[in-house]
Amino acid sequence: MSSKKRKNLTPTQQQYQDFAHAREPKRPILKNCVKAFIVGGIICTIGQGLMWFFMTYFKFDEKTAGNPSVAVLIFLSILFTSLGFYDHIAQWGGAGTAVPVTGFANTIASAALEHKSEGFVLGVGGNMFKLAGPVIVYGVFSAFVVAIVSVAIKMLGGV
Amino acid sequence: MDKFIWAFIIGGMICVVGQLLMDGLKLTPAHTMCTLVVAGAILGGFGLYDKLVKFAGAGASVPISNFGNQLVKGALQEAEQYGIIGVITGIFEITSAGISAAIIFGFFAALVFRPKG
Amino acid sequence: MLQGYQTWIFENKPVIIGSAAIGGPFEAQGNLAKDFDLLHDDLWLGQDSYEKAEKKLLEQACETAIKKAGVKKEDIQLFMSGDLINQIISSSFTARTLGVPYLGLYGACSSSMEGLALASLMVDSRFAKIALAATSSHNAASEKQYRYPTEYGAQKPPTAQWTVTGAGAAVVAQQGEGAHVTSATIGRVVDMGLSDPFNMGSAMAPAAVDTIEAHFRDLNIDASHYDLIATGDLGIVGHRIAGDLLKKHGIDIPVEKLTDCGTLIYKNDQPVLAGGSGCACAAVTVYGHFLNRMRIGELKRILIVATGALLSPMSYQQKETIPCIAHAVSIEM
Repeated sequence: MSSKKRKNLTPTQQQYQDFAHAREPKRPILKNCVKAFIVGGIICTIGQGLMWFFMTYFKFDEKTAGNPSVAVLIFLSILFTSLGFYDHIAQWGGAGTAVPVTGFANTIASAALEHKSEGFVLGVGGNMFKLAGPVIVYGVFSAFVVAIVSVAIKMLGGV
Repeated sequence: MDKFIWAFIIGGMICVVGQLLMDGLKLTPAHTMCTLVVAGAILGGFGLYDKLVKFAGAGASVPISNFGNQLVKGALQEAEQYGIIGVITGIFEITSAGISAAIIFGFFAALVFRPKG
Repeated sequence: MLQGYQTWIFENKPVIIGSAAIGGPFEAQGNLAKDFDLLHDDLWLGQDSYEKAEKKLLEQACETAIKKAGVKKEDIQLFMSGDLINQIISSSFTARTLGVPYLGLYGACSSSMEGLALASLMVDSRFAKIALAATSSHNAASEKQYRYPTEYGAQKPPTAQWTVTGAGAAVVAQQGEGAHVTSATIGRVVDMGLSDPFNMGSAMAPAAVDTIEAHFRDLNIDASHYDLIATGDLGIVGHRIAGDLLKKHGIDIPVEKLTDCGTLIYKNDQPVLAGGSGCACAAVTVYGHFLNRMRIGELKRILIVATGALLSPMSYQQKETIPCIAHAVSIEM
């Protein structure tokens, strides 16, 4: 990744970048991975617990219990974002909070809250998907391509 | 009981993949999530992601990669019923709950709260 | 008058007859809290948007500095100000309140010294009897504009910095009591090909070094001329790099003389990662803390090198690198 960018640098710039990188605090990758594992694992376990709860006390089964569980996680993520402490958990947990659906809900809530000062239509409405938009666009487009390819393969005689 | 353990482990591991993309490859969170969603869609197309969900439960269904999987599943289910046009009409079938919940709760939040800075 | 290639010597020695530093809640818990004229515990300052809060900060800094200078708004011929908000609306709207002839500036976080240099130039060259230079920044407003919504859970790397919520203003006059502005070196844009908006320190350090070199070369002096040389907001990371880079270029500044406002403003236990940043970082540190120390005789001659990263959120998305600049102003008691 960095070698691609370095092709356009002059020798002085390249020299300086090496000089600077040697003096920068490195991202604590290992520590961050451990924290992400723990936080992500906990959130998914809570999701599993919610699924069990909906299957036991309501008439949901394995297939359908996912929906209300995800809805509860989304609700909690938005609530914590609104109360102001989701970002503190996220600074510690990193991908552990961002990768589960809680991260998706947080992008929507945080953008909506932030742009309230620009009004409800252009501000909240217009900015809600500022950060979640790419996920939806790429999800839909890749699903479309995968589905088309899959259907085409089936039509041509199957895999 | 071991469903919970696998949910923890698999969910944690998918998050570690995300963390490595962010810290190792220096991708932004948006780029990382898009990568995971697309990966989920591709694995979903091969039918592999559902196997992971069966095994790890919420450990596979809670991460954003499942979003990609569900979009593909929705498309394929409709396509089976209605032919190729089903690919477009069915994409949001399964993910409707998640997206609707996020928008609705997000809007309520904006009505009631202010950011804390 | 011009000395060397890019340095101005102010022979008439314009005086800073009044200055003010206003801060927000984080700054109130910081290291330099007692050097602020006013500290707010509400990030919104009672306003309904971050941008309006920043405008209020800047207005308060200007009004306080004017009052402390013992003059009235009508006595000021020129107001120069810059900030980080798009189209520098904090400065323009403050200019609306003040009603003084206004020149808007943009130097990102170097705006404080860009303003002070220009205000001193106007006063020294007799194009103004009294001039006002000011700048402001607001943590939440900058995060909203340059990076992510404030409640967004993105994990910031250890090189990221914390934008200061505050404003600083200085009233410069032809005569009066106070510290004198003796010279200014106008920086060139330096771009070392770095593009990470979460690591400004590394991007800005070369610009600071370039301007310090130019200053010493133009005036034919060295670090011994000053009691203190302070960069604006390189933070812990950039400060270390600048120190090493200066040594590499053969400029020897003793460790106790070279400091950075971004490393001074907050306490170690505050979650500010690599330190403070933002236009107000240098402004509040200089117009509050350093001038106070000069008033009690602790410092006689200081050089402030405010550093700015001249990127925009769009330039980053278009894969541009970060061009930086640093402006130096020498202040003597």
